This record gives sequence, structure tokens and C-alpha cells, in this order.
Amino acid sequence: MFAFILRRLLQAAGVLLAVALLAFVLFQYVGDPVMIMLGQEGTPAERDQLRKDLGLSDPVIVQFYHFLTNAIQGEFGLSLRQGQKVSTLLRERLPATLELSIAAALIALLVGLPLGVYTALKRHGKLSQALLAFSLLGVSLPTFLIGILLILVFSVSLGWLPSYGRGDTIKLGWWSTGLLTKSGWTHLVLPAVTLSLFQVALVLRLVRSEMLEVLRTDYIKFARARGLTRRAIHFGHALKNTLVPVITIMGLQLGGIIAFAIVTETVFQWPGMGLLFIQAVQFADIPVMAAYLCLISLIFVLINLTVDLLYFAVDPRLRAGLGKHSGGH
Amino acid sequence: MRAALAKFWDGDLAWSWRHTPVAIVATVLLAILLIASFGADVLAPHNPFDLATINLIDALKPPVWHPEGTQEYLLGTDSQGRDLLSALMYGTRVSLLIGLAAVIGAMLLGIVLGLISGYAGGRIDALIMRIADVQLSFPAILIALLIDGVARVVVPGDMHEVIAFPVLVGAIALAGWPQYARTVRGSTLVEKNREYVQAARVIGISSPVIMFRHVLPNVLGPVLVLATVHLATAIITEATLSFLGVGVPPTSPSLGTLIRVGNDFLFSGEWWITIFPGAALVLLVLSVNLLGDWLRDALNPRLS
Repeated sequence: MFAFILRRLLQAAGVLLAVALLAFVLFQYVGDPVMIMLGQEGTPAERDQLRKDLGLSDPVIVQFYHFLTNAIQGEFGLSLRQGQKVSTLLRERLPATLELSIAAALIALLVGLPLGVYTALKRHGKLSQALLAFSLLGVSLPTFLIGILLILVFSVSLGWLPSYGRGDTIKLGWWSTGLLTKSGWTHLVLPAVTLSLFQVALVLRLVRSEMLEVLRTDYIKFARARGLTRRAIHFGHALKNTLVPVITIMGLQLGGIIAFAIVTETVFQWPGMGLLFIQAVQFADIPVMAAYLCLISLIFVLINLTVDLLYFAVDPRLRAGLGKHSGGH
Repeated sequence: MRAALAKFWDGDLAWSWRHTPVAIVATVLLAILLIASFGADVLAPHNPFDLATINLIDALKPPVWHPEGTQEYLLGTDSQGRDLLSALMYGTRVSLLIGLAAVIGAMLLGIVLGLISGYAGGRIDALIMRIADVQLSFPAILIALLIDGVARVVVPGDMHEVIAFPVLVGAIALAGWPQYARTVRGSTLVEKNREYVQAARVIGISSPVIMFRHVLPNVLGPVLVLATVHLATAIITEATLSFLGVGVPPTSPSLGTLIRVGNDFLFSGEWWITIFPGAALVLLVLSVNLLGDWLRDALNPRLS
């Protein structure tokens, strides 16, 4: 148990260190920061002075140490494009991305789960077949295309919903939220639906196949033989046992949602971190890229770690089987 | 040759194909797309890259069934007067080529690493699989985006158009190898203990030769199924990167680039510039996906 957690923690730390190293190499060696800051006019003496001031003449290990301590405090220097502090930029954009991602995850769960149960129970129904076909389409359609189609139908043709930006936001400390204004909510609908559609299809298919699997097991047959009501069998026994893998996958998908938010944010010009990152890539804004790289890896590692530990806590079989399988997989 | 064809037609795979309507439809659809795209030089009604034949007067013409449409441009034109149908045919070819190249790259890398991992075992195995684990916990598109982004920063701006294709292919391939490596490693672990491998070892054949000549052919089946499904993902990834503006440049557009360009005209009513490339992309991905699903079921009787 302890060894398992320790190994996971070490692995997480290893990943973060590797990403930090990559970000450091990008930051330090791609493009000469001295040339960028001084421009063409600087004299050699000035350049040397600045180099010393920036700590660029220190040994690489020392420089990496400085980079790490700064990164842990969230400091990545100034954005080359906007001239603002990267940490400020990211903090302004973080709420937008998180609100969008969580809204999408909720939609995926609240829509995908019931539909998955329904298609599993009514396997041969017309509606189930239609839903299944729809889910295949949902997996095949690229996210950005879904967004474009939704904009075409609901913004351009029908004019019901806005397609651009976040609407009015209210500041709660440093967190700006769009959830307290009507315009914020209407602006959230299309991006959230776009981002969630793939996940809805995924959850639907996953719940359906898990549910079908469970319905075939002996204990469900036994429950039927005992004469329990269908309701009790389906929801008390079957659904409960499908939830563990579904929750795991959903947890892991949260990272996927945050990553795909890059695409959705570009389509809807949603002012989140993803849009910031894409603009940084287009303009070779290295500090922003390095910071986003570190932040997104941190989010991913934390999510994976939590899911691993949760899974471990929820499923007793894992704990029992650990002695046998601890030799790596 | 005819005998071989007849034998194939009577084989299990062809039988399954003939009795799966979805597979037939997908094959026909894919065949049409392949012919139209790879034969674009001959079949396309216009050459969208020949500046001499492009006329700005023809810009933003709607499709032929629209009252303002003309016979000359069946699917209408874009903002520079390029024939959309022709641009689509060339664009599909670009998308397919990048997707195929990326899949082959990922497959080669994954096979080699998976074979080594499974056959050598020990520390090398642990290292390769740990890297694969870590990489699989990130979405492939994010990895591709990061590699692509880093490459763009490293390479000076005026080189971007030249390196766009290799960078895209490399980014998508590097993002896709772990799944192949895992599959190949799993099969290799099983094959490694078979008698034919032991026999080969006893008569003194070197490890690389055993791995690539004897084990490899026996682990290829699942890899091919994986490759079909991966092709669909690779095409989507390429389209997404191009849509985001960090993929194929507009000078030789892929479907994703066409959609990106058309997106600017969505609000002024010229919907066809976006919707037709989008539809082509969906048809392409859907037909590859359906074929992949069928192939998986046909090669794996245990599943059905």
C-alpha cells in the first residue's frame, strides 16, 4: 500500500521534472533572451552585463535550480508578445477554462450516463439504435467541426445564442466568473455543448458496454431468480457496479477536456488558457508556452494521481491483488 | 494470380466483407475519396494553385444549385475565386498523405520499441513501458500540439512552410507510438516462449534476426487493426492542428486549412466554403472508422 503510493508519487515527480527540464531548455536556449531584451543596439559590454544580471553565466545546474524555484512560485517572466507577467496572464485566463471544462464534464455525465443505461436496457429498441449511431458520429466528428456547425445553426441562422467570447463577467477576488450573469450563461451554452459532445458519446458507449457486461454476470441472474424487481436489479445492483470504471474514465477524461478546450476556445474565441497557448505558439511566445506546458502537466499529473489513489481506495480487489502484481505491469 | 484472387475472394475475410453492408458502403466511399484525391491532377475541373487561371471576379460564387451559382464551379468558389471542388480534391490528398505517413511512422517506431521491450525484458522493458505509460496519460492531440509548437519556435519563421509537413507527420507519429508498442510487446511476450523461437535460438540465430524475421510476422495482425483506427485519429489530429493555424500552410491547404480559411466567411453567409471541406473530412474519417471497426470484428471472432 505504502510502496504503491510512494512509487506513484515518485513517478509523478519524475514526469514533472522532465517537463520542467523541457520547458527550461526551451526557455533558456531557444532564441537569445539578451538579444530580445537589448535589441540590435546593445554594445558587447552591455550584453555581458545583462547576461551576468540574468544569471546566464552561471553553471547550467544553477540556472535550472533558479528556473525550478521560480516555476514553483508560478513565475515564468514576461510574455514576449503582451509584455505582461505570464503568471498574471495565466491567472486571468484560468477561471474561463475551468468553468468551461467543468460545465462540459457535467453535461457529459448528466446526459451520457442516463442514455448509456437506457441503451443497455433497451438494447434492440429503435431509439437505442439511433442513439448508438449518433454516438458513433459523435466520436467521428472533430471537435472544431461540431463547434462550427453549432455556430452556423444557432448563431448565424437562428440567432438564438452568441458565438463569441464570454459575455459579462463578475469579479470574485481574482476569479472572474460568467456564471452570475445571464449573458455569461448564454455565452457558455454553445462552447460547453461543443466540448462535451465527444465525451457524451464516450460515456454513453462506456456505460452501455459495462452495463451489458454486468447484466450477464451470475449475481444478476441470481438476483432475477430471487424475484427482485427489475428496478432494484438494474439500478441497485447493475448500475452500481458499472460506476467504478465510469468514474475512473471520467476522471481521466477531465484532463482530455482541458486539453480539447484549446480547440473549443479557438472556435468560440473563449478567453481561456487554451486560446492564450495557441496564440503563444503562433507568435513563438516562449515564456507563455513554457508556463502552459508546466501548468497543464501539473494538472494532468494531479488528476492521474488522484484517480489512481481513488481507484485504489474504492476497489478492494486492487488492494488484495497488489502483492502478486507489484512487479510492474 | 487469378487463382490467388479467387482464393482470397473465398477466404474468411472476403466472406465477412461481402456479408457486412456497412463495410461495403465504407469501402465504396473510401474508394471514391481515394480516386478523387489521388487522381486530382487529372480529374479536378480546375487547378486551384495555378494563379493564371484564377479570376477574382469569380470569388465567392455559391454552389451550382443556388440561383447565383454557375455550372463551371459545382461547389462554388472561395474568396480568391478558386474552385472549391478542386481545392477539396487536392486538400483530401494532403490530409490523407499526412495521415498515412504519420501512421506509418508511429507504427514503425511502436513496432521496434515494442519488440525490443517484449523480447529484451528487464530494465529496457521497464523504461520503454514507463515512457509509454506517461505518454498515454496525456491526450495525443496535446502531445502533437506541443511537439509542433516547440518545432515552430526552434525553426526560424521563413522556414515554417518548408518544415510544416515533416513536423506535422513527426508530431502525430511521436504522439501515437505507445499504443503500437504496448500491443506488440504483449504479443511478443507470448510468442517469445513458443517453440519456434526457442528452436531458432538453439541453432544460434541472433536476437535481432529472431525479433524481426520470426516474431514480427506473428504479431502484425492486431497492429494492422490498430493502424486503421489510428489513421482516422491521425487525420482528425492533422485537421485540428491545421484548423488551429499551426499545421499545413494555406499555400497547399489540407481539409483542416480549408475549414480554417472558410470559417472567416461563416458570418457573411458564405457557408459553403466551410461546410464542404467539413463534410469531406467527416466522410473520410467515418469511412475509415467503419472499415476499422469491421476489420477488428472480422479478424477477432472471439469478440462477436
